[in-house]
Amino acid sequence: MKSALEIAAAVRGGQSALVAVEESLTAIRARNEELNVFLYVDEDGARDAAARVDEQVRRGEDPGLLAGVPIALKDNLCTTGIPTTCSSKILEGWQPPYNATVVDRLVAHGAISMGKTNLDEFAMGSSTENSAFGPTRNPLDPARVPGGSSGGSAAAVASNMTPISLGSDTGGSIRQPAALCGLVGVKPTYGLVSRYGLIAFASSLDQIGPFARSVSDAALLLEAIAGHDPLDSTSLPEPTPSLLAHVADGVAGKRIGLVRELVDGADDDVVRAVTKAVETLKDAGATIVELSIPELHLGLSAYYLIAPAEASSNLARFDGVRFGNRVDGDDVTAMMEATRTAGFGAEVKRRIMLGTYALSAGYFDAYYGQALKVRTRMIEAFATAYQQVDMIIGATTPSVAFEFGSKTNDPMAMYLNDVFTIPTNLAGEAAISVPFGTGEANLPIGVQLLGPGRSEARLFAAARVLEIADGRA
Amino acid sequence: MTLPNGWEMVVGLEVHTELKTKTKLFCGCANEFGSAPNSQVCPICLGLPGSMPVLNERAVELAMAIGFALNCTIQDSTFHRKNYFYPDMPKDYQVSQYDLPINARGYLDLPDGSRVSIERAHMEEDTGKTTHLGTSGRIHGADRSLVDYNRSGVPLVEIVSGPDIRNPQQARDYVAELRSILVAIGASDGRMEEGSLRVDANVSVHKPDTPFGTRCEIKNLNSLRSLTRAIEYEALRQIDVLEDGGSIRQETRHWDEDRGETSTLRVKEEAEDYRYFREPDLVDLAPDQAWKDRVLAGLPKLPARRRQDLEALLTNPTDAQRDGVTTVVDLNLDIYVEGVAQAQGDVALAVARAANELAANIEKLANLSVENFVATVAMEQSGQLSATQAKNVLSELLDQGGDPVSVAKAKGFEQLSTDSLSATVGELIVANPEEWQRFKDGDDKLAQFFIGLVMKATKGQANGKAVIAELQSRR
Amino acid sequence: MTEPLSRDDVAHVAKLARLRLTEDELVRYTEQLGKILVHAQDLSSLDLHGVAPTAHPFGLVNVVRSDEVRASLDPAPVLAQAPDVEDGRFAVPRIVGEAP
Repeated sequence: MKSALEIAAAVRGGQSALVAVEESLTAIRARNEELNVFLYVDEDGARDAAARVDEQVRRGEDPGLLAGVPIALKDNLCTTGIPTTCSSKILEGWQPPYNATVVDRLVAHGAISMGKTNLDEFAMGSSTENSAFGPTRNPLDPARVPGGSSGGSAAAVASNMTPISLGSDTGGSIRQPAALCGLVGVKPTYGLVSRYGLIAFASSLDQIGPFARSVSDAALLLEAIAGHDPLDSTSLPEPTPSLLAHVADGVAGKRIGLVRELVDGADDDVVRAVTKAVETLKDAGATIVELSIPELHLGLSAYYLIAPAEASSNLARFDGVRFGNRVDGDDVTAMMEATRTAGFGAEVKRRIMLGTYALSAGYFDAYYGQALKVRTRMIEAFATAYQQVDMIIGATTPSVAFEFGSKTNDPMAMYLNDVFTIPTNLAGEAAISVPFGTGEANLPIGVQLLGPGRSEARLFAAARVLEIADGRA
Repeated sequence: MTLPNGWEMVVGLEVHTELKTKTKLFCGCANEFGSAPNSQVCPICLGLPGSMPVLNERAVELAMAIGFALNCTIQDSTFHRKNYFYPDMPKDYQVSQYDLPINARGYLDLPDGSRVSIERAHMEEDTGKTTHLGTSGRIHGADRSLVDYNRSGVPLVEIVSGPDIRNPQQARDYVAELRSILVAIGASDGRMEEGSLRVDANVSVHKPDTPFGTRCEIKNLNSLRSLTRAIEYEALRQIDVLEDGGSIRQETRHWDEDRGETSTLRVKEEAEDYRYFREPDLVDLAPDQAWKDRVLAGLPKLPARRRQDLEALLTNPTDAQRDGVTTVVDLNLDIYVEGVAQAQGDVALAVARAANELAANIEKLANLSVENFVATVAMEQSGQLSATQAKNVLSELLDQGGDPVSVAKAKGFEQLSTDSLSATVGELIVANPEEWQRFKDGDDKLAQFFIGLVMKATKGQANGKAVIAELQSRR
Repeated sequence: MTEPLSRDDVAHVAKLARLRLTEDELVRYTEQLGKILVHAQDLSSLDLHGVAPTAHPFGLVNVVRSDEVRASLDPAPVLAQAPDVEDGRFAVPRIVGEAP
């Protein structure tokens, strides 16, 4: 399948948007049953949208940056007219009466939604095994997980069903599956992309971001969806940054920090890839500074208090009263309990209980309160690091894609998968995972580039250097 | 009221006021009472997944105005989530202000000279409205309930007083004064019966110089009358319990207006675990000096000051005149009285007419200009119109509009000629010789007797002052 | 390190969160949550006196909208998605206990 840039150029040049849409539908038909990528394929909607884009071109209008580009949407983004489930039984069949801001922006830029992709229920997980509608398989090795929670969106792009997709990243849920599926994945600066219409997992950590096969496509997609939204109070007020224009800027003269804590504990093949990436950037003119940020070790513990605490409150509204599914009970409390008990899966319940506990009387200060202070420490530590360097490099995940069931019985082992990605979410900063080399079983490895808030352009430029060196240009 | 055996009551009040904004606190749905159920809802106030709140600027400004009016410190503030499951609460948490409210530490001076401290006045969102199906119409005994979310997300300010109130009358005065302030600054329409102003009372009793007793919170106080009755009942109930050797449980009690008693609603066995934490979907509020100054500059003169200014226009005001002034200020009729004062007219007469005739026809005020009110009062003052005629003219002006001279003429309110009045008085003296003799002997009270007769004989067309002048001249 | 939470704690938390747990689940969740909280206890031992908590990554303030009415939703399709509706309202089984 062509890149998003190529498709948009062709469509703007007069080629029917249906060409790419049909190609996408064919790819979906070929492997969706096997891989369980899409929970809902919007064939009719996609063809209608393609016809509208064609009509715009005929009228001489510019459909936008993503003219006729098929895109897959993680199923925690609200979309009118088609279901949004969060891969949860509690929401099965629900059709939101409104679109997420990003969905409206995609439409405004001429993109064509192919449907909704599988995820770990309510985005809680690192393997997409927690979906109520079955796991998604890794297109590169169907015996292995695609990562999570945005596993469906990663698999859609990795299996050439769409050139680009949207995921959400609360503790690594874009970068980790990007790494495991050999894709570029971006966790934008908190507030760069509107969260309005993203079904919240942990509101102070969630960000929507792109998956793509190339750095340029990722930059293109982020440019289309970024920018201030008056419907999101936490949306950054500054105008959308120019990203695509800086992809080829290179890293000459840039100082890049190699942070020990973002490599320690990773498998040997992953460590080798990071080392090689560092050499590559150095060869391209960057200065490498070895750093230690000990506070990063605290990230996992802080995250597994803050995220569940917010989630316990965000998921309270799933009570069987206004929307979604209900299980009857004798009184309203019994109804709510029955609804939630039947509607939520084990991992969601685990996190709701963990978060409720962390916020409850007598424990708040020791757990949640302390975690917020650790968060302050983490932000300060990053700020100190960014006085010395322009960006940081490390691993995205400790290992390549793992096999199904290998971590499902030990929540802590699963959580450890996010150890390198979580600090960025806690700090509200930007990070990108770019494929660089392969490891065990010839599976892809992701290298992570981290930067301060609104440093995406810089990160794309560095990722592009690695992409070229990896022979993906 | 005095409590028996030296007991003293301690009362603190929590007043919730709905703010008079066009839209809700966090979304653009209309803030209007009485629309079709669930016709004013959107993803935000319905708590649909993915929706996010954005704070209403006007609500913030009204909250600040309340803070200024209550002499509070307006401070940087944050929003929290108060987590509890309840079907009228769409997100199953309420967004409220917790440890950092927008307004802190103020006070309210009451007309009797006492001062009640204000602990805080913070913003929060209202809940939806639940209708209980079943015979009772109340929550108990209902087998099904229906929820309308039109009210969900309506902006509220909760004003929490210190435990400074010591009797039911003071509680009433506090709420009345607070209500007139909220109405005056345009923050609220002040309607207790409709629920736009809701009062909860924390009541405890103790003996002076001993620690405060355990308090009970009384809910469902829908009028000033309920408030005073409930507080009195509750204090006496607690005294009975304590004097019988019992103890007071901390609990929430429901006031039953028909039965005139409070009953247990909920026992606070352990503090509710609301798991308050900062609302991550909203940012902090840190109004700069310029914003605060703008709100302060827009604040109208407050009722206490307005009453003071009007009373200053009266010489040695009587209690009845003071009450009249309070009514004038509560109903925003100051401009009429001030108009009379500016025209050097009879301010006492203006207060009386405004507090009675205008107050009774508040919805018709658009028909009556200040100028025409001033003219009517002047006609009454000069004797061109009797009191009865003046009231009649005002009523006509309020109903139909027009100017008092034409209305008086159309109604045939020509003044009685001096000759005609003199003749009438003469006839009545002859007809009532005993009374006339007593009046002549110095019993001034009988003037009123003769005025009454003259009014009856002239069908109210005589001017009372002119009658007195005629009587005096014949004395 | 002491046991971070007991079976009763888990039962209490489940009640607060409106979740019903079986006996087996109670045991399992107590063990699993305990393991996670043992890690969290690393944080409790840190001396963070004087460190301000961070609830938001960035210090945006005073984000407000003007008080202008926006169209509400058409109630019909919204009510159509609700589990139970009567007279244009969302219906629920009987409510035991008043709102706080």
